[in-house]
Amino acid sequence: MMSADFTSNFWNLYVIVLVVFGVGLCLFVLMTNNKRHSGPVEVQPHVWDETLAEYNNPLPRWWLYLFWATVIFSIVYLAIYPGLGSFQGFLNWSSVGQYEAEIGKAKQKYDPIYAKFRGQSIEALARNAEARAMGGRLFATYCAQCHGADAKGAPGFPNLTDNDWLWGGAPETIVQTITDGRVGVMTPFDGVLSAADVTDVANYVRALSNLPNASDAAQRGAMVFAANCVVCHGPDGRGQPLLGAPNLTDNVWLVSSSQAQIEKNVREGRNNRMPGFGDFLGEDKVKLLAAYVWGLSNK
Amino acid sequence: MQSQATYDYKVVRLFAIMTVVWGIVGMLVGVLCAAQLVWPELNLSNVGEFFHFGRLRPLHTNAVIFAFGGCALFATSYYVVQRTCHTRLFAPGLAMFTFWMWQLIILSAAITLPLGYTTGKEYAELVWPIDIAIAVTWVSYAVVFFGTIATRKVDHIYVANWFFGAFIIAVALLHIVNSAEVPVSFSSLQSYPVYAGAQDAMVQWWYGHNAVGFFLTAGFLGMMYYFVPKQAERPVYSYRLSVVHFWALIFTYMWAGPHHLHYTALPDWAQSVGMLFSLILLAPSWGGMINGIMTLSGAWHKLRTDPILKFLIVALSFYGMSTFEGPMMSVKTVNALSHYTDWTVGHVHSGALGWVAMISIGAIYYLLPRMVGKTEMYSTSLITVHFWISTIGIVLYIASMWIAGVMQGLMWRATDADGTLTYSFIEAVKATYPFWTIRLLGGTLFLVGMIIMFYNMVRTLSGQKAYNAPVLPVAAHA
Repeated sequence: MMSADFTSNFWNLYVIVLVVFGVGLCLFVLMTNNKRHSGPVEVQPHVWDETLAEYNNPLPRWWLYLFWATVIFSIVYLAIYPGLGSFQGFLNWSSVGQYEAEIGKAKQKYDPIYAKFRGQSIEALARNAEARAMGGRLFATYCAQCHGADAKGAPGFPNLTDNDWLWGGAPETIVQTITDGRVGVMTPFDGVLSAADVTDVANYVRALSNLPNASDAAQRGAMVFAANCVVCHGPDGRGQPLLGAPNLTDNVWLVSSSQAQIEKNVREGRNNRMPGFGDFLGEDKVKLLAAYVWGLSNK
Repeated sequence: MQSQATYDYKVVRLFAIMTVVWGIVGMLVGVLCAAQLVWPELNLSNVGEFFHFGRLRPLHTNAVIFAFGGCALFATSYYVVQRTCHTRLFAPGLAMFTFWMWQLIILSAAITLPLGYTTGKEYAELVWPIDIAIAVTWVSYAVVFFGTIATRKVDHIYVANWFFGAFIIAVALLHIVNSAEVPVSFSSLQSYPVYAGAQDAMVQWWYGHNAVGFFLTAGFLGMMYYFVPKQAERPVYSYRLSVVHFWALIFTYMWAGPHHLHYTALPDWAQSVGMLFSLILLAPSWGGMINGIMTLSGAWHKLRTDPILKFLIVALSFYGMSTFEGPMMSVKTVNALSHYTDWTVGHVHSGALGWVAMISIGAIYYLLPRMVGKTEMYSTSLITVHFWISTIGIVLYIASMWIAGVMQGLMWRATDADGTLTYSFIEAVKATYPFWTIRLLGGTLFLVGMIIMFYNMVRTLSGQKAYNAPVLPVAAHA
């Protein structure tokens, strides 16, 4: 059978010939140097640079045996494992096969543990100590890199403990977020808005959260906001969970509340991405994760 | 009366001095990187991204391998090839060209890497214009070296020159093949590699492991084969062994690269072949160690009093240890535990500090006084201090990284009864802190040793006149 590793049988043969040649060369070197030398050790009849000379001691036996051992090991290994081109080896082993066997074994072993949570609601799981502990461990492995070990987020990565949700905090919404991931895009307004407009609208956004601002600028910014931002953030600036557009009135900030950062967001836009974990983790684990995350905001 | 011809020591002298200078610079950057892992504030984020670990780490590897190791190889090979061929360097002007080009290449690396210009290929990070400069320099080096061999006054080519020759040819091949890239434009430093996907990875690690095999092994074995018998004043142990291990070593190394890509998208057959040839490499590597250490038989007492010989012989011991460890780590089952951990970092440094640096330091201590017509360094006891301080440094470094690596590997694979991971990644990071601190101490000691060497070098050379030894007549039987 031709392995998919090779585009033509030529490369298969090429690899076989080279590997056999390589091991064969070592065998050749060993066999031509295997005889025992006896008698006095010769000195080679050359001298370089006044003092450099060479004895011609025989190869140490233990060293030769070591060399033999590694070559024989390799020949046996090549017979039972893949190595000679597309020849799979007598054990018919493959890394894909090993992976699938290990995953299959793990599924069988751990399935009963997850099975008992299947009929339960997210709310119930969030109150189940065992489910919460498992969810916490999954969170530490798969989510903490971005959201932090304490789930309080980092600049650009939402805090998951404050019951403030970009995409909605209902249990089934959290399941969907983890399963499919989220792509939060804000269009860049550089070139659309003038520099003055950007400053004004950023002042207005700070005013929405009752942060210190230049009131003249904020007043002008309200007009800019109405003309450009309301489509996503809503006329009152309270956001739109269907689009992942943040509520701008609650003084919760994904990156930072500074005037400079808001201006940068307006100019450059945002391209936030959370990867989907559904295919990788499967329904059971996603559900435990969702229960853990939901529980962080709903004690 | 005709004035007697002399060897060309100028280029040797310059490369030898720069070996010490770049050794200090490269190891200082290494110590800084080690310190960043203990105190992350040292990434100096408020200054900009220039001093981040990710920018400095390739600067460290390039500086110690190609600047420190490279200068040591240039210095010793130019010295050895003249003296064992009993003739002057072929094209000494071209040899000087390689010196200035090499310094220019090192400087451009030191500027471009912190600025973030990189190809992203490990140990081949430098951008395409520097790659071209390296290729030109290397071909010039080959012309000088093989030109000298071709004009030799002796019949037989001394064993050190086989290894230097193999190193020069193989590195040219590796560099040119792995750096094949298409510039984005002539005004851009960025380029695309000509390979893609798993093939790109395979070419990269074919290069990467042979950089270890030929740059860091064959070249330094060449050094060993001259300076060990010279310093011990004993003949090489076995001509036969040197022939067998030379051919076995240079042939087998070429295949070992795939062990860097175990359990990846690389086809199974390539992983197996890479692992097997890495295992087979054990005996050929030990052949060099045996030949070096056994050269001392009949002269073991010299180890007590001669710190240069201490450097050379301990280097061979570390060489033997890392070339045992390497084949073991290339076994897939062991690799499953060791890969991506600090064990790899420890393994590399037992080779880099223990073997490469110590053999170079020994050889440079031999060379420096001879560059001014003397045979002894300014202070022999400072060489002894250097020896002990660096040996302790290496032991602290590799022992801490072994423990850290095995611990990380075990923590990463530990699972709870429900199949979830017992430890999050950051817990393994936290557990590694004490070992990173010990490693920093070990690295610092090694750096201090280099600074002592620099002082000793300055005292040896200052006020002395440059010296070029007369070309020796060929011995009767040569």
